[in-house]
Amino acid sequence: MTAENVTTSTRLQNILSNYYVRKILLSIVTLFGISILIFTIARVLPGDPARLALGPRAPEDVVEQYRKLLRLDQPIYIQYFYWLLDVFNGRFGLSLVTFRDVLTDIVEFLPATVELIIFTLIIDVIGAFSLGVISGRKPNSMIDNAVRIFAYAGIAIPSFVWAIILQLVLANWLDILPAYGRLSLGIEVNRITGLITVDSLLSGNLVAFADAITHLIIPSLSLAIGCIAQEARILRANLIENINKDYILNMYAHGIPSSIIFFKYALKPSMIPTVTIMTLDMASMLGNAFLVELIFNWPGLSRYGITAMLRKDLNAIVGVVLVIGLAYTIASIIIDLLVSYLDPRVRYKR
Amino acid sequence: MKTLSGATVSEVKFSELEKKVKRENWRRIWFRFKKSKLSVIGLSMILILLFMAVFAEYVAPYPSHAGLYIAFKNAYKPPSIEHILGTDMYGRDVFSRIIFGFRYAFMMIGLVLSIVVPTGVILGLIAGYYRGTFIETVIVRLSDIFISLPPLVLALSIASILEPNIFNSMLAVSLMWWPWYVKLTYSMTVSLRNEPFILAAESQGASTLHILFRELLPIELGTILTKVTLDAGWVILIGAAISFVGLGAQPPTPDLGTMVSEYSKYLPEYWWMSLGPAAGIVLIILAFNLLGDGVRDVFAGE
Repeated sequence: MTAENVTTSTRLQNILSNYYVRKILLSIVTLFGISILIFTIARVLPGDPARLALGPRAPEDVVEQYRKLLRLDQPIYIQYFYWLLDVFNGRFGLSLVTFRDVLTDIVEFLPATVELIIFTLIIDVIGAFSLGVISGRKPNSMIDNAVRIFAYAGIAIPSFVWAIILQLVLANWLDILPAYGRLSLGIEVNRITGLITVDSLLSGNLVAFADAITHLIIPSLSLAIGCIAQEARILRANLIENINKDYILNMYAHGIPSSIIFFKYALKPSMIPTVTIMTLDMASMLGNAFLVELIFNWPGLSRYGITAMLRKDLNAIVGVVLVIGLAYTIASIIIDLLVSYLDPRVRYKR
Repeated sequence: MKTLSGATVSEVKFSELEKKVKRENWRRIWFRFKKSKLSVIGLSMILILLFMAVFAEYVAPYPSHAGLYIAFKNAYKPPSIEHILGTDMYGRDVFSRIIFGFRYAFMMIGLVLSIVVPTGVILGLIAGYYRGTFIETVIVRLSDIFISLPPLVLALSIASILEPNIFNSMLAVSLMWWPWYVKLTYSMTVSLRNEPFILAAESQGASTLHILFRELLPIELGTILTKVTLDAGWVILIGAAISFVGLGAQPPTPDLGTMVSEYSKYLPEYWWMSLGPAAGIVLIILAFNLLGDGVRDVFAGE
């Protein structure tokens, strides 16, 4: 083996042992796993897909031809291969609900869900960190006890119940926020990105922007509350644990101002478990979005998915679940990167 | 007691001692558990709810209102002394229906966990014990795939391809849930795998079954039990979500999630209809969370 060969192979090894490269490669494996799972779900549906698609009155030879066209006569792994090829090219087939290509539907409905989830995440992060820090700084104070009760409520009350309660109280009884949809009647925004808040800002329509924000508050809040409660509790526990460690005591002894100690040296390591748990919270957000979009008549991907599920529209279900799986995988990568930034130890752990 | 030759005598003594130690252990567990008032509250809430669920026919003020029952002259009545939580659009007593709803909730917990926990735990034990072999790779990768989708999304999509009824929604939840127990048991087994006591058992020729269920499982049981109690609330939550969407139990089944969904069409005018069953869901999740915290404290101390 020449010297040059050795250096390239060690270089390759270095690249592969890099934390980030490994994470991304593993995610690709995960995505393939998801695709196999979804393919299995799509194929275990009882009944003959060709017969289902053509109806009971189609002649047998036409069904046979269609079966060949769908490659149903071939072994399952070849079916999977062609199915994967189709998915890569965005060919999910026709939706039985909208009678359009599933990809067209996804492109239309995805932005509403993206907007909802991003807004939820913003509320979640602000809420969790402010509540966690407040109760962690003064344990067993009035605020801390209030947060504790709120945390139990947040964990015990499911998102869709929060949605119903908040809708009832804030929209129907107090009438301070709108109850349904993304925009009020009569307000229109030209579609550029599909995210109404962004589009209205791009076109300088501040009335529409304010309207879109008011429509976002209740759905996002009902998705975020459970996560906020849990994350705030974890942050509080870790803050209290870290603040009693020796290195913090050492800093006090050196006369470093307590606010600097708290925010610069105690908060950062305390954030690690909270950020880690956000992967799970992201999963529950994406799942609960299905119910919350249904309640608020939110024209997003999840509501489209529910409609597809209720009508057994297989192509649309596969498309929606794949997109959500992809989104979740990307979100987990981002959270992992965030954790590795906060906690350099994980980067070197094998 | 000087002679050790009387084997029967000493064995009797030993079993008595063992019993005593066991009783002592239970007492200690109970002592640790009741230190936290909240977990005792959780336990008593569950016992009360369970009692109501089992004897629903006798506890509910109007047992016939659980399923199909129509009395339009009583419809849309707000909460009153006769109907604590009001009546629904067919004139059925909401409170009675919630009590029957608890029955379905406990059925859901019981069935799902009795499918999921043994499956997951056994697979996790096997994967952890046969570390580095083909068996481990298959089991762990398979459960990783299931975990890589948001749980509720997976449960909903499995439920969607089955007929919508309460048993299929339980099946969907079970299919989604088992990998979490595999992961938990697997990670514990891997860390215990090379401990001296396992090696000792192996060198004495203990069978694999003995090692898995007599050596490994008892140590892991506390953690598994904690997860089971904490998970019971989540089972209710996911089950209610499936029913709420319409992929689970169908009306007139008095399932809590189905009821919230059915009654939410009558919001905001008839708010008591949906808030009642919603409160039922919250109550049962809260109870299991309180209990779970207590159980965790008991086993964390060991």
